[in-house]
Amino acid sequence: MTPGLKVLVAGLHTTVQDLGRNGYQDIGVPVSGALDGFGLRLANALVGNPQATAALEILVSGPVLEIAADSARLALVGTGAGLGIRGENPRVVAAGQSVTAQRGDIVQIAPGRQSACCYLAVEGGIAVPRVLGSASTYVRAALGGLNGRALQRDDVVPLAMAFASERTELRAPATSATPADHPIRVVLGPQQKYFGKEALTILLDAEFRVSKDTDRMGMRLDGPLLRHRRGWDIVSDAIATGSIQVPGSGQPIVLLADHQTTGGYPKIATVISADVPALGRRRPGDPLRFVSVEQEAAEETCREAEREFAKLIAALEPASQYGSLDLGSLYGENLISGVTMGLE
Amino acid sequence: MKVRFLSAGDRALVVEFGDRVDRGLSERVLGLDAIIRSNPPAGIVETVPTFRSLTVYYDPLLTSRGELQRAIAPLLDLGDNPRPGATLWHVPVCYEGEFAPDLAEVARLTGLAPDDVVALHSGTRFHVYMLGFLPGFPYMGDLPPQLALPRRADPRLRVPAGSISIATSLTAIYPYESPGGWHLIGATPIRMFDPQRSKPALFAPGDAVKFQRVDAAAFASIRRAVETRRYEVECAPIAQ
Repeated sequence: MTPGLKVLVAGLHTTVQDLGRNGYQDIGVPVSGALDGFGLRLANALVGNPQATAALEILVSGPVLEIAADSARLALVGTGAGLGIRGENPRVVAAGQSVTAQRGDIVQIAPGRQSACCYLAVEGGIAVPRVLGSASTYVRAALGGLNGRALQRDDVVPLAMAFASERTELRAPATSATPADHPIRVVLGPQQKYFGKEALTILLDAEFRVSKDTDRMGMRLDGPLLRHRRGWDIVSDAIATGSIQVPGSGQPIVLLADHQTTGGYPKIATVISADVPALGRRRPGDPLRFVSVEQEAAEETCREAEREFAKLIAALEPASQYGSLDLGSLYGENLISGVTMGLE
Repeated sequence: MKVRFLSAGDRALVVEFGDRVDRGLSERVLGLDAIIRSNPPAGIVETVPTFRSLTVYYDPLLTSRGELQRAIAPLLDLGDNPRPGATLWHVPVCYEGEFAPDLAEVARLTGLAPDDVVALHSGTRFHVYMLGFLPGFPYMGDLPPQLALPRRADPRLRVPAGSISIATSLTAIYPYESPGGWHLIGATPIRMFDPQRSKPALFAPGDAVKFQRVDAAAFASIRRAVETRRYEVECAPIAQ
């Protein structure tokens, strides 16, 4: 039988993602891929996969999965997230380390309340066919992933490996976490000239909040409206991930992984690529501030973020079986329920 | 208008030729795209031609905006370049009944008879300016001026796949069911996008399209052939 993860509970929106589908935006195919690319890459590194391997992206509420393979090495990455394993050797494991579960074990993912998304990587990866070079799910056109859609109850997510390899578990060293509310850096433009000084001042001075009307395509921002100076209906051009487009209503929308490739609204600014993962982690209701940086500085920040990430990967260390888990905080947030997990 | 280089963050350089829907402008965008594709500077991830601009996506770990701009600027002076491989497509369309929910309203708004709307639409050879909005969704123009209408005041939540639509100076085909604000004057049974094909999108920017009127019976029979992959859309290479 094909090894897999049987879906007992699907979670709010759990999809297969990798680092996206590059090279097809000219024919209207969005890039898709992980909202938090660093999160996906770290999860893969923890289980020994190439960083771009397909994994599960979990949004807001987590799935419950049964291991339908001899064994499977898993790693969850997401601030404040944790996973519980029910079976012969019940455990609760914090995000940021690998753990091996056995056939029949029930794995419950608790994404926590600090990040909108978390990533579950499995050693060997998820064995779905690549569509246009990527395993990423794009639901609107039913491309990639498991049948082009989010996971549903009773799905079996196919795994590439039938059992976990013999090696020590890894964990990421504790990092000085960036404060969750640090300002998101933007490069102004490409259509900032469609806005007056007032709108630009508001963009950079005001506090916005992530609207509940947010999905993998875009994040709407509640807060002051950004008024156009030169009309809001432009002849369509391409949209980069992180673009802040402002439709006629004046309510800004930050475009995320599944955004349309082109659009007809002016884009006042673009979130720098180093901050796109942090943006993807913001939850509905979270505050959001922007700060403007020069384009060259944004490129240098991207390179610096990559160097920092490489250091993090080089510093992965052996994990003890139970790791250093703050059980109290997980229970305190009701993330891991002793009742459902059978950990009493 | 002078060509402008704009930044869309730290991974995209926009080469902007203008801000209108215009054939000459489109030719310049597509011409630059063809040159870059034939010999891409290092670090380019992909390029996206649109009505007004060519957006060049790049990897800042491999190159920079400055370096790319220096590589691209001299290409702008190369003048008109023949583009390889453009195709003229003949697309069967049923302009009747349930397939054309807005035809009567378009006729009323334009002051034309429904048959004249169909004759104008199917009598025009369209240029594929760009693909966007959805996989394989072509923006085509220009409509005869008599058919120019603003978008619908109340966009539909569900436009059926295959719908032929018009708005402003443009016409389009919806490859998938989706929300949409254009006027629906017909439908085609052909498959606009199929990731299993070696060329997933049927049309490419720079292609030409003509619509051929078919009745409901022909629509049904073409649809059956499309479903069993026994239908080839009629097409011919365009001489440059």
